Amino acid sequence: MVDLGTDATHPAREADDVRIALFRLMVRLRVFEKRAYDLFLQNLVKGTSHLGLGQEAIAAAFGLAMRPDDYTFCTYRGHDHTLARGVPMAPVMAELLGREGGLMAGKGGSMHLTSVEHGMMGSYAIVGAHLPIAAGAAWSAQVRGSGQVAVCFFGDGATNIGAFHEALNLAAIWKLPVVFVCENNLYMEYTPIGAVTAVEHPASDRASAYGLEPILVDGNDADLMFEVARATIDRARSGDGPSLVEAVTYRHGGHSRADPAKYRPASEEQEWLERDPVIVYRALLESSGVGSGTLTAIEAEAEAEIDEATELAKASPPSSVSLIERDVWSDGGSAWRS
Amino acid sequence: MAKAQVEAGAAGHGAEPRGKRTEAGEATYLIAIAEALWEEMERDERVYMLGEDIGAYGGAFKVTEGFIERFGDGRVMDTPIAEETIVGMAVGSAMEGMRPVAEFQYADFMSSGFDEITTVLARYHYRSGVPLPVVLRGPSGGGVRASSFHSINPEPWFAHAGGIKVICPAFPSDAKGLLKSAIRDDNPCMFLEHKWIYRRIKEIVPEEPDFLVPIGKADVKREGSDVSIITYGAMVHKALEAAENLAQRGMSAEVVDLRTVYPLDEDTVLRSIEKTSRALVLSESYRFLGIGAEVAATIAEKAFEHLDAPVERLSPPNIPVPFSPTLEDAFLPGVSDIEAAVERLSAW
Repeated sequence: MVDLGTDATHPAREADDVRIALFRLMVRLRVFEKRAYDLFLQNLVKGTSHLGLGQEAIAAAFGLAMRPDDYTFCTYRGHDHTLARGVPMAPVMAELLGREGGLMAGKGGSMHLTSVEHGMMGSYAIVGAHLPIAAGAAWSAQVRGSGQVAVCFFGDGATNIGAFHEALNLAAIWKLPVVFVCENNLYMEYTPIGAVTAVEHPASDRASAYGLEPILVDGNDADLMFEVARATIDRARSGDGPSLVEAVTYRHGGHSRADPAKYRPASEEQEWLERDPVIVYRALLESSGVGSGTLTAIEAEAEAEIDEATELAKASPPSSVSLIERDVWSDGGSAWRS
Repeated sequence: MAKAQVEAGAAGHGAEPRGKRTEAGEATYLIAIAEALWEEMERDERVYMLGEDIGAYGGAFKVTEGFIERFGDGRVMDTPIAEETIVGMAVGSAMEGMRPVAEFQYADFMSSGFDEITTVLARYHYRSGVPLPVVLRGPSGGGVRASSFHSINPEPWFAHAGGIKVICPAFPSDAKGLLKSAIRDDNPCMFLEHKWIYRRIKEIVPEEPDFLVPIGKADVKREGSDVSIITYGAMVHKALEAAENLAQRGMSAEVVDLRTVYPLDEDTVLRSIEKTSRALVLSESYRFLGIGAEVAATIAEKAFEHLDAPVERLSPPNIPVPFSPTLEDAFLPGVSDIEAAVERLSAW
């Protein structure tokens, strides 16, 4: 990943190096998720997993637009958001495999990825639970005057739980430096979001309830997502308060590992596959003059990276039972904030 | 590419449809639960169901597949993800005589409705005299690599609420009969379905429309004379496996399945202790202040003169349920742990 430094030194989004960085990151997320799926089919990924295939542009754009000390809060569909903060592939994959070399030594698994040193404050597997927590982290940044911003990703289904309303309202009245990003992939698990929601756009149609501008964007348009990420993060950092972004996107697969998603119309799936953010962006870069050799090299590097990460993860032993009670309690030795 | 290998009864989402009984008439625990719901919906039109993805999709674990076609979306209601409101809707509708059965996609998510469950549902009749025939049901328990947000055994929380019956069946027939009893009960009932059991355990299940199993009654699943293993839920199956192994080594363990953890069937527990004089209290809920702690205290208090050995408890430690198979296996009581505990008790 390129070193993005601070806001002031961010390259302009039109510059090729940002676009290349965005493409590289999306490709890395894509190869990781495809490999995670393959390893699940080989019964190596234990438990369940929720893949972000098709939704990479959102995580990648925000990941690139964030400062290294900003906070990410995301859902159980959080592999992409974790990697987008610079967490290496190998420990993430090892965590999915339940290995000692995993990001949390095998204690959490796919749904609970967390790496506080990367500002990745956790994946939350209870729908909506993390919106108030992101607001709390943002409040801490506001109190400390640190200039940090919290970015909180959640699905369309989360917009109907009480915590969504409570967090949005509080963040708005306290002008907290937080960006709420609704990844609307059209399905609340297995049920169309429209069947259980009073408005067409579950997040943006509700923005006015919190005095916020509605921001409804194509979540598969990487350039647009980066522009929105930059703007909303800038707004938060400059003290103008929260934003609520609704990025419309689509899961390539089912809700979780073994869900064939038969409840989705084939025509709808086909339409969205044609809007695959990685393929579309690749074509865009090529048409704007980026050599296909450059793009192919990026893809080859990502493949090599995931191959190496897979081997490292597989070589790591299953978690030692001696770890089972470690870190239930603070022993005062945490490197985080102490 | 290898073919998908999905553990039977594993974390569930997207798992295969529930299917039907076998030709021999055996039903899995999951099918038995679906039959109970179906029969009670047929019997009493005041019974209705609400929950996330239960209608068109048929439920995350496919318990309610086919219900919306038979009963319609007015009685099989897809809700938003909003557990506090699901419980509140159930409570409010029950006040005027409806008999809601609310599905939680995982028992872990019951804590998102905790206030309505413990503060309102459990206490309402006490002040109003209005019965709340509400059933809250959902998959609980670990052993399926679902980690700390999808593996909870919440029965101690709700058994402690004072006003909710808490049911934790281990066998398909018990699950069916107890769920039907819960739906017909005028009190709030929490019905916890152990997800490890869903597709693993099957047996011949009664088909009579009025087959009921009484709430609050334990059942001796295996007679024995040396040690009583008092347990419930998935641990019943571990205890039975351990008892079989012990029998081959000349030890006789009795397995008492509580079936309902609140109210607790003290009589059946104490009768077993009178017979064996040794107690192993086994639970998948935490050891500290868990269901096992209550059972052990009851035995110590009321059967002291019958005991030949201290009461032993076997339960997981008070830590989040870990993910990695090696860690989760160490966390959960296993068959060999149960055998070792019985051997320790027998040595007294």
